[in-house]
Amino acid sequence: MTQFRGRAYQKHVLKIFSLLVVISALWIGLLQASIIPQSHTWLLPIYFIVSLGCYGLLMVGVGLMRFPTCPQEALLLQQDIGEAKDFLKQRGVDVGSE
Amino acid sequence: MEQKNKYSIIIPTYNERLNIALIVYLIFKHLRGVDFEIIVVDDGSPDGTQEVVKQLQKLYGEDRVLLRPRPKKLGLGTAYIHGLKHASGNFVVIMDADLSHHPKYLLSFIKKQVETGASIVTGTRYVKGGGVHGWNLMRKLTSRGANVLAQTLLWPGVSDLTGSFRLYRKSVLEDVISSCVSKGYVFQMEMIVRASRKGYHIEEVPITFVDRVFGSSKLGGSEIVEYLKGLAYLLVTT
Repeated sequence: MTQFRGRAYQKHVLKIFSLLVVISALWIGLLQASIIPQSHTWLLPIYFIVSLGCYGLLMVGVGLMRFPTCPQEALLLQQDIGEAKDFLKQRGVDVGSE
Repeated sequence: MEQKNKYSIIIPTYNERLNIALIVYLIFKHLRGVDFEIIVVDDGSPDGTQEVVKQLQKLYGEDRVLLRPRPKKLGLGTAYIHGLKHASGNFVVIMDADLSHHPKYLLSFIKKQVETGASIVTGTRYVKGGGVHGWNLMRKLTSRGANVLAQTLLWPGVSDLTGSFRLYRKSVLEDVISSCVSKGYVFQMEMIVRASRKGYHIEEVPITFVDRVFGSSKLGGSEIVEYLKGLAYLLVTT
C-alpha cells in the first residue's frame, strides 16, 4: 500500500494487475476443469481482448455521435467581447486590435 | 460562525494582451458580491500584456488584480505554483486566458463546492449541458478516443481529464501539485488523477468550451505519442 499523510491507497496498476491475476486464475481453472472443450478455452483470451477492443470502439463511436456541441456559445461570446471592449475603452484600458 | 470564502483566480498568460482585459471584465461582471482576486502570471509576454494588466489594476484595484510576472516561459505547472505563493484566498481557481473558459461558469463552480463541500470542482465539456465549439470531426474523434483510452486505463472518476478549468481548495491544490511532474495537458490529467487516488472529493460541473484558435490543430503525431507516454506514466505511477 502507498502511504500519504495517513491516506493509504493501493497503486492503480496493482489493482489492474490483481484483476488480471484473478481472470487468469479463472481461465486456468477452466482449462483444467474441462467444462468447456479445450479448443474453445484456449481461445478465450483472444475473445476477451477482441471484445474489449470492440467495446472501446463502440464507446468512441457513440461518444462521437453524442458529442455535445454549443454553437450558440460562440455568438454569445462575441456579444460579451463587444460589451467588454466598449466598457474598457471608456475607462482607459487599451483594447485595440492585437 | 460562518466561514467567509475568498477565491484566488490564477490565470497564466503569454501574449494575451486583449484577452486578459476581456476576461478580467467578465470575471468582475459575473462574480459581483464574491470575495475574489485575480492573479495574472505572465511569462514575459512581448506583446504588452503586462501593460494592459497594469491598466486593469488602475481600474479595478491592485488588491483585486494582481500581476505576478515571470521573466520568460517557464511552464504551466510552475506558473500555478508561482501564483499559489501569492494567493490569499482559501480557494483557488485555475483557468485559461484565451476565453475558451468563460467566467460565467465561475458561480456554478462556487455553488457546487458550497453545496457538496467538495475539495475540487472540475469543469467538464463532455456531459449534457456542456459542450465544445470550434472542433472539426477529426479533433472530436481524437478527443473522444483519447478519453475512452484514459477512462479504460486509469478509472479516473471524472469525465474530462484534460480540462483546465477547475476550482481547488487551496490546501488541496498545494498538496496535489507538489507531486506532479508532467507538462502540458498531461499535467492537468496528472493533477486530477492524483487527486482522485488520494481520495479527495471531486465534483463536476458542465462547461462550454469555445476553441478560438482556429486552424491550429494541436494534435499532430508527436502530440499523440506524448499523450500515450503520459497515459503510460500515469498508469504506472499513480
